Amino acid sequence: MNPDPSAPATARIARTRLFTTDHRVIGIQYLLLSLAAVAIGTVLSLLMRIHLVWPNLAIPFLGQIKPEDYLALVTMHGTLMVFFVLTTAPLSGFANLVLPAQIGSPRMALPTANALSFWLTAFALLVLLAALIVPGGAPISGWTAYPPLSAIAAAGPGQALGMDLWLASLAIFCVASWLGAVNILATVLGERCQGMTLTRMPLTVWSWLVSSLLVLICFSVLLAAALLLFSDRHLGTSFFLPMGDLVAGHVYSRGDGSPLLWLHLFWFFGHPEVYIAILPGMGIASSIVANFSRRPVLGYPMMITTTVLIGLLGLVVWGHHMFVSGMNPYAGTAFALTTMAIAVPSTIKVLSWLGTLCGGGLRLATPMLFAMGFVSLFIAGGLTGPLLAQPALDAYLHNTYFVVAHFHLIMAMAGVFSIFAGIYYWFPLMSGRLMSEPLGKLHFWCTLLGAYATFFPMHFAGLAGEPRHYSQLAGTTAGLQQLLPLQRGITHAAIFLAAAQFLFLANIVWSVKHGKRSSCNPWQSTTMEWARPIEPESKLVQSSAVEAASYGHRQKACRGPYEYGIRSDRSDFIMQCDSGAKPE
Amino acid sequence: MPATFTRATQVEPERRDTGIGGKPPVDRRPTGGGGEGDNWDNRPPGRRGPREMLTRYRLAMTFALAGDMMFFVALVSAFFVRQASGHIDASNNYVSDWRPLSIPPILWLNTAVLVLSSVAIEMARRQLFREIDVMEEWFGLGKPTVRRATPWLIASGLLGLVFVAGQWIAWQQLYAQGVFYSTDPNSNFFYLITGAHAVHLILGLMAIAFALVALRTLKRIEYRQIAVDCTAWYWHAMGIFWVFLFGLLAFFQ
Repeated sequence: MNPDPSAPATARIARTRLFTTDHRVIGIQYLLLSLAAVAIGTVLSLLMRIHLVWPNLAIPFLGQIKPEDYLALVTMHGTLMVFFVLTTAPLSGFANLVLPAQIGSPRMALPTANALSFWLTAFALLVLLAALIVPGGAPISGWTAYPPLSAIAAAGPGQALGMDLWLASLAIFCVASWLGAVNILATVLGERCQGMTLTRMPLTVWSWLVSSLLVLICFSVLLAAALLLFSDRHLGTSFFLPMGDLVAGHVYSRGDGSPLLWLHLFWFFGHPEVYIAILPGMGIASSIVANFSRRPVLGYPMMITTTVLIGLLGLVVWGHHMFVSGMNPYAGTAFALTTMAIAVPSTIKVLSWLGTLCGGGLRLATPMLFAMGFVSLFIAGGLTGPLLAQPALDAYLHNTYFVVAHFHLIMAMAGVFSIFAGIYYWFPLMSGRLMSEPLGKLHFWCTLLGAYATFFPMHFAGLAGEPRHYSQLAGTTAGLQQLLPLQRGITHAAIFLAAAQFLFLANIVWSVKHGKRSSCNPWQSTTMEWARPIEPESKLVQSSAVEAASYGHRQKACRGPYEYGIRSDRSDFIMQCDSGAKPE
Repeated sequence: MPATFTRATQVEPERRDTGIGGKPPVDRRPTGGGGEGDNWDNRPPGRRGPREMLTRYRLAMTFALAGDMMFFVALVSAFFVRQASGHIDASNNYVSDWRPLSIPPILWLNTAVLVLSSVAIEMARRQLFREIDVMEEWFGLGKPTVRRATPWLIASGLLGLVFVAGQWIAWQQLYAQGVFYSTDPNSNFFYLITGAHAVHLILGLMAIAFALVALRTLKRIEYRQIAVDCTAWYWHAMGIFWVFLFGLLAFFQ
């Protein structure tokens, strides 16, 4: 733990910065990994958008995008964003950064497994990116990899080696997430400090707990499904290959396998995955909204209940991705009911955020703006959820841009807004400095505008019947031709949205070196990650070691996590570990 | 200056947290319970009594095994789905390519061997928690638990090896009948399930080997307890998984 000052500089940096078991450094590593993945994923999405509206444009270095290239872009964009951004950053990144401090523990339960988890994740990212440069390129079957196309190498240019790399990457990612989830669960349940009962845990901790449980349950299933698919591809089995399957002029008829089985296994993983991505965002939003409106979270026990309930219901709604797949319609009805049921806890959460905001003394700092943006996008994207939960409506909307609009608003944009909120909020814990507020606010307004301008019009394209996953829409039918101006607008908005992120990058680069030095507890927060003194980034590892040796033992939680605005005299908040203040 | 018994200022140095509580790792707690400060769970981490670290690793192992169970649950549910996925042909007959498979009888023997192996590792595990031995080791008077647990652990590992070899023989017998991995859907699942389980067992054998080394090399009884205890939990889980998987393969075809 203690870096030896006499060791050579490179070896010391490698040990303290790179191959460290310090949870905060690992958290920053996860966030940087996500930043790399989100940058690549964004570039891929821009290529898609540009190709959609200017199909004949030759892209520099790439030339003209062929239809199969477009599908490869879809696959890689989805996989990068879902796994390496929306799973990695909110769960692994932020949990490593602040979870132990929030529950008063000096360290994670299994630091070595935690470090191993990060390095496996990084390796999985490299394996996935390798699919872009191998012969044949990346797989073209989408991030859901539906068989039989994903099971047969002849199905397309990327379906040979590229698909194998994709599967390998996913399998490694499963193992990595599984290790990380075991670590978080053992930490939350076993390492809480004195007084930190389950009903005093911050809602972020609750959401990481439920997300980790979901990871444990559903990533194991994805691993099994990947194993079966691998076996179909290389070992001559027919788990997912139907009888008489005609692919590229050749009949593959090994047995009576069922492509639907893959859909069931995949979406049993895939739907909880959505909640893995968004639950931490909900926790972050609750904490930040309470902090910046200086009011306790409205209905804190109810927020715990709804977090757990969303996790549980999230496990039984996977069939709503399969309404049009030929699944038994009775099963569709059951899944429609569970899907509509999940709107209830989600609505309770929204009401709690709005209720906390109401009448509070709003402080519109950047983290708060992004948290409110999260709430806004969650509502805008969530309202279309119950629509899509109707099998009859979904039959029309399922393969249209309506669904693209829905999940990009509620999962992608809401998730990214919560990540931004978390980074602006916890930046002092990473670097000892605050991020620039004017730049942050400009970034927020540009991003909010860009997000709505990009994804909201997609609803109209979807209602007009424009199919998704098509590489070229111009010149097909008159109806779609009329939508071309709309799509052009969307592309312009997407480019604007991506360009706005340079403000964020500039803010980070500038703030790490020149940002305002953060005082202790700059946001006057109640949760315990702000209880220890703020150090510059270079002291992070050393201070962790010192903390583990002494400071951690003295942590004690004396009260609930959101005691804001209780007293008007001295200060309007009481930290969880503040034992001196008497409760009212 | 003459040696003195006391110093002017006595400062207790801040101890590095080992997570083992600094007390002998036995079950018995110091008082009958119920007194002030007797709730060890309420103490800060690192001071929660002798079994704190053991509890941490057990908790992690339980969750890891729960995730692993979901892996097998997925395979088993695929088994049932595939079993039922026939189709109706042009002359309105239900056609299914699912054919029953004659399970090699040696699997019964293997199952018995695995159960015995589980019993052996449980015996090894219990040797690590006998209070009189633990106290002896904790005081540094000898290593009775190592002496007693090693033969059981070796026996368990050998029985595990026998099980894996027995599975290999079962596969060879099926090969001899012309039943290969890709022969038909039922054989797919037979090889896949037994194979996935065998991979888990080989990992378990590696864990047993690690535990044997750990018994010799780890300096503290607390760590030796953890190594053997977690290995045993994993091994038991693999035994239980096998009983269910074998029941599936033998009776639900």
